[in-house]
Amino acid sequence: MPDRSERHRTNLPDGFTVIDPDVDLHDADQLAETRPREWDLLLAISAGGVIGTLSRHGLDLAVPHPPGGFPWSTLLVNVSGCLLIGVLMSLLLRRPHPPRLLRPFLGVGVLGGFTTYSTFAVDAQTLVLAGRPTAALGYLALTMVACLLAVWLGWVVTGSVTRRGIGPVPGPGPADVTPATPEARG
Amino acid sequence: MTVLLLVVGAAVGAPSRYLIDRFVQSRHSSVFPWGTLGVNILGSLILGGLAGANAGLDPQLAMLIGTGFCGALSTFSTFGFETLQLTRSGAHRQAVANVVVTLLAGLGAASLGWTIGQALV
Repeated sequence: MPDRSERHRTNLPDGFTVIDPDVDLHDADQLAETRPREWDLLLAISAGGVIGTLSRHGLDLAVPHPPGGFPWSTLLVNVSGCLLIGVLMSLLLRRPHPPRLLRPFLGVGVLGGFTTYSTFAVDAQTLVLAGRPTAALGYLALTMVACLLAVWLGWVVTGSVTRRGIGPVPGPGPADVTPATPEARG
Repeated sequence: MTVLLLVVGAAVGAPSRYLIDRFVQSRHSSVFPWGTLGVNILGSLILGGLAGANAGLDPQLAMLIGTGFCGALSTFSTFGFETLQLTRSGAHRQAVANVVVTLLAGLGAASLGWTIGQALV
C-alpha cells in the first residue's frame, strides 16, 4: 500500500500538474516536504540561494556593462538558469521519490538565487532612462523569448534523453518512462 | 566584504521567496502562480527604489539589499518553468497572462520604486 504522496504522484503519470517548482501545494510530495523538520528545508534553500547569487555576481564581474549599457550578463544568467530549471524539473518530476532536499536546494535555492527578475526589470528601466528605449524593448523581448525557449528546450531534451534510458532515471518508478498499466496503477 | 554582504542578503532573500510563495499559494486554489508574481513585483519595487536613490546611497547597502537580497528574492527560472507548465497543462490563457502581467507589473513596480527612491534622497 503506497503512502499518500506516492499514490498522489502515481496518479499523475507525467507530473504535469506541478506548476510552481518552488512550492506547489497541489503536489503531495512538495506539501509533505514542508514538515516536520522545516529548518533544514529553509537552510538548504538559503545555502543554495547564496551559491546562486555569488555565481550571478561572478558572471556580472566577468561580463561587465557600463550604466546604460546592454546587460548581457543578466541575459546570460536568466537564459542559462531557465535552461537548467527545465533540465532539473524534468529529471525530478520523472522520479517517484527524489531526495527531499534536492529540489529545494537546487531549484528554489541555487537556480532561484542565480536568476533574477528584479535586475531584469531595473535593467530595462535604466536603458530607457539612458535614452535607449529601443535597446530596452529589445532587451525585454530577447530575455523573455530566450528564457521561455530555454525552459522548454531543457525540459524536452532531458525528457527525450531519459526516455531513451540514457539518463539517470531509476528503473522501478511509476514515472512516465514506461506507460503504467491499470494493474501497475492499482 | 562584498562577498559577505552578498552571502547575508541571499541567505535571507531565497528562503523569503519560498515562504512568501507558500503563504500566497496556500490562500487560493487556482493554478495561477500569484506567489512568484508577488515576489518578483516586490523585488522589482525594492531594487527600483535603490536605483532611484542611487546617489544618496551607501554602495555596500546597495550590494546587500540589491544584488544579494532582491536578486535572491526575485526569480526568472521559477517564472519560466511555471509558464511552461501552464502551457503544458492546457491553461494557455493563464500562461499568456502570466507573461504579460509579470512584465507589466514588474516594470511598473520598478518605475514606482524609482520614483519613491528619488523622492526620498
